Amino acid sequence: MRAADTSLPHESAHLHVSGQARYVDDVPEPAGTLHAGFGMSVHAHARIKTMDLSAVRAYPGVAAVLTHRDIPGANNYGGIVHDDPLLAEGLVQYHGQPVFLVLADSHHTARRAARLARMEYEVLPAILSVEVALAQQFFIAPPRTITRGDAAAVLTRAPHRITGRTRCGGQDHFYLEGQIALAQPQEDGQMQVLCSTQHPTEVQHIVAHALGRASHAVRVECRRIGGGFGGKESQPALIAAAAAVAAAHTGRAVKLRLDRDDDMRITGKRHPFLLEYDVGFDACGRILAADFMLASDCGYSADLSGPVNDRAICHVDNAYFLEHVTVRNFQCKTHTASNTAFRGFGGPQGMFIIEHAIDCIALQLGFDPLDVRRVNYYGTGAANRPRNQTHYGQTIDDNILDAITDELEASSDYRARRAALRLQNANSPIIKRGIAFTPVKFGISFNATHFNQAGALVHIYKDGSVLLNHGGTEMGQGLFTKVAQVVARELGIDIAQVRSSAADTGKVPNTSATAASSGSDLNGMAARDACRQLKARLAAHAAMLWQVAADSVTFVNGSVCAAGHTMSFAELVNQAWFARVSLSAQGFYATPKIHWDRAAFKGHPFYYFAYGVACTQVAVDTLTGETKIERADLLHDAGTSLNPAIDIGQVEGGFIQGAGWLTSEELCQDAQGRLTTHAPSTYKIPTAADIPPVFNVKLVQQRPNAEDTIYRSKAVGEPPLMLALSVYHAIRDAVASVAHYRAAPQLDAPATPEAVLNAADALRAARTNG
Amino acid sequence: MQPQPIRFVLNGVPHQAAGVDPHVSLLQYLREQLHLTGTKEGCAEGDCGACTVVIGELQTDARSAPGVRLKPINACIRALPTLDGKAVFTVEGLTQADGSLHPVQQAMVDCHASQCGFCTPGFVMSLFALHQNTPQPTRAQAIEALAGNLCRCTGYRPILDAAEAMPGRTGMPAAAPGATSVTPECGAALAHALTPLQRTADFSYSAHGVTFHAPRSIASFSRLAAAHLDAWILAGGTDVGLWINKALQSANMILYTGAVAELTQIAEGDGWLDIGAAVPLDDAFTALNRQYPEYAHLWQRFASPPIRASGTLGGNIANGSPIGDAMPLLIVLGAEVVLRHGDAARTLPLEDLYLDYKKQARAPGEWVERVRIPQRGSVREPALEVAAYKIAKRNEQDISAVCCAIALQRDSGSVQQVRIAFGGMAGIPKRARHAEAALTGAPWSEAGVRAAMAALAHDFTPLSDMRAGAAYRLRVAQNLLLRFFYESAAATPAVAPIDARVIETRVY
Repeated sequence: MRAADTSLPHESAHLHVSGQARYVDDVPEPAGTLHAGFGMSVHAHARIKTMDLSAVRAYPGVAAVLTHRDIPGANNYGGIVHDDPLLAEGLVQYHGQPVFLVLADSHHTARRAARLARMEYEVLPAILSVEVALAQQFFIAPPRTITRGDAAAVLTRAPHRITGRTRCGGQDHFYLEGQIALAQPQEDGQMQVLCSTQHPTEVQHIVAHALGRASHAVRVECRRIGGGFGGKESQPALIAAAAAVAAAHTGRAVKLRLDRDDDMRITGKRHPFLLEYDVGFDACGRILAADFMLASDCGYSADLSGPVNDRAICHVDNAYFLEHVTVRNFQCKTHTASNTAFRGFGGPQGMFIIEHAIDCIALQLGFDPLDVRRVNYYGTGAANRPRNQTHYGQTIDDNILDAITDELEASSDYRARRAALRLQNANSPIIKRGIAFTPVKFGISFNATHFNQAGALVHIYKDGSVLLNHGGTEMGQGLFTKVAQVVARELGIDIAQVRSSAADTGKVPNTSATAASSGSDLNGMAARDACRQLKARLAAHAAMLWQVAADSVTFVNGSVCAAGHTMSFAELVNQAWFARVSLSAQGFYATPKIHWDRAAFKGHPFYYFAYGVACTQVAVDTLTGETKIERADLLHDAGTSLNPAIDIGQVEGGFIQGAGWLTSEELCQDAQGRLTTHAPSTYKIPTAADIPPVFNVKLVQQRPNAEDTIYRSKAVGEPPLMLALSVYHAIRDAVASVAHYRAAPQLDAPATPEAVLNAADALRAARTNG
Repeated sequence: MQPQPIRFVLNGVPHQAAGVDPHVSLLQYLREQLHLTGTKEGCAEGDCGACTVVIGELQTDARSAPGVRLKPINACIRALPTLDGKAVFTVEGLTQADGSLHPVQQAMVDCHASQCGFCTPGFVMSLFALHQNTPQPTRAQAIEALAGNLCRCTGYRPILDAAEAMPGRTGMPAAAPGATSVTPECGAALAHALTPLQRTADFSYSAHGVTFHAPRSIASFSRLAAAHLDAWILAGGTDVGLWINKALQSANMILYTGAVAELTQIAEGDGWLDIGAAVPLDDAFTALNRQYPEYAHLWQRFASPPIRASGTLGGNIANGSPIGDAMPLLIVLGAEVVLRHGDAARTLPLEDLYLDYKKQARAPGEWVERVRIPQRGSVREPALEVAAYKIAKRNEQDISAVCCAIALQRDSGSVQQVRIAFGGMAGIPKRARHAEAALTGAPWSEAGVRAAMAALAHDFTPLSDMRAGAAYRLRVAQNLLLRFFYESAAATPAVAPIDARVIETRVY
């Protein structure tokens, strides 16, 4: 019997490897399907003076061309603030913004025709960087200051003080399956949409608004997506709504599949942040007060930037107690694609600043950065000064940082290797090696309390097979596998008896995005609720049959037993059906204990925290700036893992994705605001050659979640990404060696070869001049 | 001429295609016409590998029995008519008739090597090609074989584990009697199936007003090229595919080099290595490696296995990109190109082919027939020290920010002759004449190299773009001369070696 907490393969693995797993573009197209393509802005900021689409319309194979005037309902896909037009109305605010939509007999025809538009623009001044936006006070939301204690006063009297500025870059999601939707008109003005999305409910709502229809007229379905990483949380609504408007307009099925280049130009990315720190500390490196400035590049509209910035602010502490802290947050507006959710959702950027500051403290004091990190770790409950409350007021009572740090410090042999590398560097003029040990503490739950709910629908058929549906989407993270394991375990049946079905707004309504790492926490519990209802009904029936107490009935190994009686699960199900027992149940879950006052920036937003530690060694070529990860040791907390193989996959995949963010993945734009890294030829995510040749990855053992989550597991989707901060800090350590660890490298992320060489050269120049 | 269909063996079954625009890619054809949707589009430019399929080419080497050579290609940039006479295997073709998984597929499942699954068919096909050609691959071989496949979910470790877990292949099973399809493992049977598809006359295919010509002789090809100046010349298609998919361009006529037998051959002798314009990069590199093994690491980092299996050295040269990685190296080796126009051929030093950005010393209708590289130790090129360095944001499958090649001759401590060429530093691949002059005749010393580094600033005024800034390009170009010196000095027993490379020092 295979069920929960075993390393079952992904429920679709056999379909993935044989090419049988269907994605939206693989579903046979309805007869007469039209293919859509966007006409896009060629300016970052401009007023559209005239738009002559006659050549587009006349192109052979074109069926129709739509502009914002053809949208029957709301021309918007902004989920929170309604400032994202589906198709531009008069004003374009980024290079690549969709302006019109071509419908043609093929994908290729639509794209070719779209290039024939004759547009006249009045070009307006464009703000293309967060620095300029900050200087001009150009924001998507008012600036905010979050404080605890009196950072300003404590800073002035701190024995040591450092200040600095750095930045971390954006990141394209580079899901392998691009954005896509297939909209099919139904009777009576209804619309069915197959969409690659992490958020079917939001797609449903935005399609309904765009069509001027009620939500019940729109059904959105998603069996699986070819990668999301946050990039399919808010962005698919644009694709789906455009396809749906076109389908309603023509009465034909419409598929909108973005070419990779268009996808990268149109859709938002991880927010780049400009960061400043002013930190006071004592002779042990303990932080006494900190003032952080977080300025994010939100792009042209709000999208999810507010929540992303909230999470960034909530994670400027990472693993460290900050008694006196001020965070000044600026959500800068730029004339670029609207930046959006990306695995970590601001958390990585928030952590980036404090890890950077701690590194600088260690260099200033000549300490091992790990010692500075440890002296600042949150406390675990010493009676009078517990040092265990976050700057937003949440008490941390599940802290395992010290224990896992001890464990990885020993297993990675961090101290001895660090000493050996320093000796080695002294005798290696060109190649320098660096090592870093960094922690992660990541808050689990959507910051906004109301999103922390989920539903599930479980049907048992007369043959004992089970069909499972829930609000979560499968994006490769193994959610469907984990929730099916929960169902199998609850009902005491083999996983092969449980089939997961596509997320479908017609089955489980009003779902939250599959995001914030919450998928298995929320949907696992909702499915368990449904199963327990079903079990109660079945147990009651068995109790009646056998004249035993219902609570004595057990469900194990495909059988139902009580007091010497036994019957197969399928047989009991069939008998229950004859007895007119309902074999379908709707489960629901709302995360307990959490609350959040956004205005005060106080509360208990996170049900619990997930922890991890990483130790990474790199080699840096100080003639060229090239880097190579030589070894990484990761120890990550998944509570009592629901599926260790899947969780290890999340840890490794997140780490490598984070390493890409911090090293090779650089987004560039030209002076006109045109993205110049809009394809894998120019935007470089890690390949198999970039992973550490020594890669020791473990889950924390024997530490169940302190909270009552599904079988005491922990969310694992986002937190491991931030373990990659150890890669960036190992590079900094290697670069610092060129100035004998006496000065902090000025190295922003991503640490491309160019950035690394510049940082090393600057240190060498300062050494020579000094 | 009768309209002829494109004929190939698809997943073991003979197949004919007609009425399809010659610009259409194999990927589009598989997905849209045949509804074989296992092969995915991830980027449509040959950079992600989601569309990887394996093709089989009949080897008609007179010295051995006919066999089939299997190699991975990117279906997204492979024009359908170029498959004429070949075998194509897609992910659907690996699964056994009874539905059971191929050992490569099973290894992927067992190792938890798929997450979202979208890249997975491409990985399966790259691993399948590896499995066929290298039955028990090492991890390093697996990494190299997967250089063209991007996965955003797994972090690759389980995929590499799967590559190592693939059971060793034991011989070629015979085709089952009466089988209607041929599995790729049945080499002889596959060769048998391909044999009748081989053509003896020039192949022409037309649809939607576009003609695809695949002449079989240089004379025939050259005649067409001279008569149709606006025709596209198509070799591996690794660049032309992007004209179609990204620039959305089209041609009325496409002239394919790949069926001209003389252009697919490599000849060695008379002091020259002579490589025909249609020789795939992999084969050209294999031949070059025998002469200049110092460059092997550069070829490893040149694009990806599917690109190297399709793309040609002739195409890289004719395309003449300022950032093409082959040119600096061929230039310092003193390579020549043979250009042909109609019946006339002329030979030109490769470096003289490039005049300015996208301007070449080629007349209209003149095309690159072959490239000739001096053999090592030939009269022309005694004892050379050579090196090539590639600087890019990523180790594998990236376009160089700077590519540097050096060929040095020295005796008793001083430089007799040196040639240095760079890609990425100008509008064309270009020699560093000032730096060469600074070194020539000078002692081979760090001071001498530093003088050459300073001189390099007079050779180049590089651009800033998304690959690197101008200042970095110049700085790193200078430093690469220093790297070469350190490595060269390290080769001298009296001098302590200096570890001067990260990327090439593979730790696997």
